[in-house]
Amino acid sequence: MPENYYQQLSSDVRFTEGLTGCLNCGTCTAICPAAEFYNYDPRIIVETVQSRDSEKIRELLSGEMIWYCGECMSCKTRCPRNNAPGLLIMALRALSVKTGLFTMSEKGRQQLVLKRTMGEWILKYGYCLYREEMTIEDHPEQGPTWEWQNSNLENLFERFDVKYRGDGPGPLRKIPDDALRELKRIFDVTGATDLFNFIEEQSAKKAEEMGLDFDNRLDCGYVHQIYNLDSGIHTREQVI
Amino acid sequence: MKQEGKKKLWQEYQKEIATNNFFYVRSCVRQNFFPAAEQTFLRIMRESLGKTVRENPGHTTCTGIGYHCDVVPFNTTMTVIARQFALMTEAGLENLAVSCITSFGLYTEIIETWKHFPETEAKTREYLRKATGREFSIPTNLAHASDILYKLRHEVAARAVYPLVNQTTGKPLRVVEHIGCHYSKMFPHKGVGGAEYPYVLAGLVEALGGEIVDYPERRHCCGFGFRQYVVRANRGYSLSCSKKKFDSMEPYKPDLIITNCPGCPYFLDRWQYVISEMQGKTYGENGHGIPVFTYEELAGLVLGYDPWDIGLQTHQVSAEPLMIKMGVRFDPEKKYQGKNGVNMGRPKKPSHLRIDMDEIQQTPVTGYPIQMTI
Repeated sequence: MPENYYQQLSSDVRFTEGLTGCLNCGTCTAICPAAEFYNYDPRIIVETVQSRDSEKIRELLSGEMIWYCGECMSCKTRCPRNNAPGLLIMALRALSVKTGLFTMSEKGRQQLVLKRTMGEWILKYGYCLYREEMTIEDHPEQGPTWEWQNSNLENLFERFDVKYRGDGPGPLRKIPDDALRELKRIFDVTGATDLFNFIEEQSAKKAEEMGLDFDNRLDCGYVHQIYNLDSGIHTREQVI
Repeated sequence: MKQEGKKKLWQEYQKEIATNNFFYVRSCVRQNFFPAAEQTFLRIMRESLGKTVRENPGHTTCTGIGYHCDVVPFNTTMTVIARQFALMTEAGLENLAVSCITSFGLYTEIIETWKHFPETEAKTREYLRKATGREFSIPTNLAHASDILYKLRHEVAARAVYPLVNQTTGKPLRVVEHIGCHYSKMFPHKGVGGAEYPYVLAGLVEALGGEIVDYPERRHCCGFGFRQYVVRANRGYSLSCSKKKFDSMEPYKPDLIITNCPGCPYFLDRWQYVISEMQGKTYGENGHGIPVFTYEELAGLVLGYDPWDIGLQTHQVSAEPLMIKMGVRFDPEKKYQGKNGVNMGRPKKPSHLRIDMDEIQQTPVTGYPIQMTI
């Protein structure tokens, strides 16, 4: 008996909220920022899902297209039937990760680096992102102001009444250890920890298959590739 | 559409916004990139308007960026947010003031999900109890911090020192307002003015004396796109979206951009720098960029706060061209000084984007009265 992917999607509340009957008008594609940049068409995603054809849905889960959406939800606002292709994308991505099919696409494989950065930063710092992890080498767009700020953090933050990594309330405070422990327990009981482990396991298998070195560092061969590689197949030819 | 038509539409999208006694939850992005902006919000609320806003250092990320990068499951995010609600409940408060738009969108989404699927709320309560032993009440009033400044805009305007008026011409300053996508695109009735004509920033700007610029890509995303920025291979998406907006707004010669989302001011500020480095192109006057502000930075300037206390020196695009138009009195040397006058040196100059003000003299303040437009 082949997998019934439509049935699995239907168990996700975001799926049932996001699909109320598509009339294929294409308004979502017209408004979609991703459709302008990538070879992407949310209308086709909805049409495919609505077909309930498990083989076609499997192709979506294994392919590049579901990873192009920016989850801005502009589609939700304009759809005349109140569908939300962006919510369907979230359900499709969750299923792609759950089934391990995410490692079959270049963009899907990026899940490992997202888990190892913000996924782990959440538990380590209590923040989705953290200043000292944002290097100018990795983020040259931060500009000269970022380098200047980093050279003067103490004086600058004193001026703003910011106690960087300090106790008590305020921006960039140290999140208390008991709060971090609660966060970890929430991740354990709600399945996030298991999901993190599964992403690691599936990625390790894929790295072996691809002949790339794989360990727990952020600069191992596999992570380096998934973070940096743009094979050039994703975007439209003329991008402004 | 005629102005009357817009106003009628806006009236259909009004929301209840509390005016006092808030529990404040912070934004990961804003704390890292514009930490002084959140402090400015609290200063406006507490010092200028006399409101009560409390927080708990034990509140954490809502996990929103991880959720929208699809590595944090929905059940996990719902439970982390339930924990924030529990901290609010334990503080004896019912009004939640949210600093972040991604969080605000998620809080809204989760409360709506619980309404439509009560079993998800029951499950979340069970998870939270098991993980932390905490219980919670759903906020009576959920507002984004920009909603609150909108609600209190006339109180802010009544204390204005430097209204949004060009002191040389006497005309209102021309303002691009950029609303974070998750403010109301998912749930239009939860935002002031809805999704097509959101009025939350427009109303604040008009109350402070400015004029809103309408331009074709006004509602286009700034391009954060979560994974589309976080992963280096995808970043062209983010830059392209912002560039589309700049090119669209440029002919309307805006004096400034105001935003209410954590990522948007960062991207609209930094991508101007990147475009200038890549193409030599700048969007403001005399080689400067278009200054970009958060709502509380702009309100702080209007209230006469020292621009270097509210963090404007952390922007890559200089705020000075706008401050000079407004007639703000400021000391350019203090931009690069710490609290006690410590010299912090200067950032390197970009290749093309001007950040110095050598060619512009501060004009004397002529004292135009604030323009109350609504």
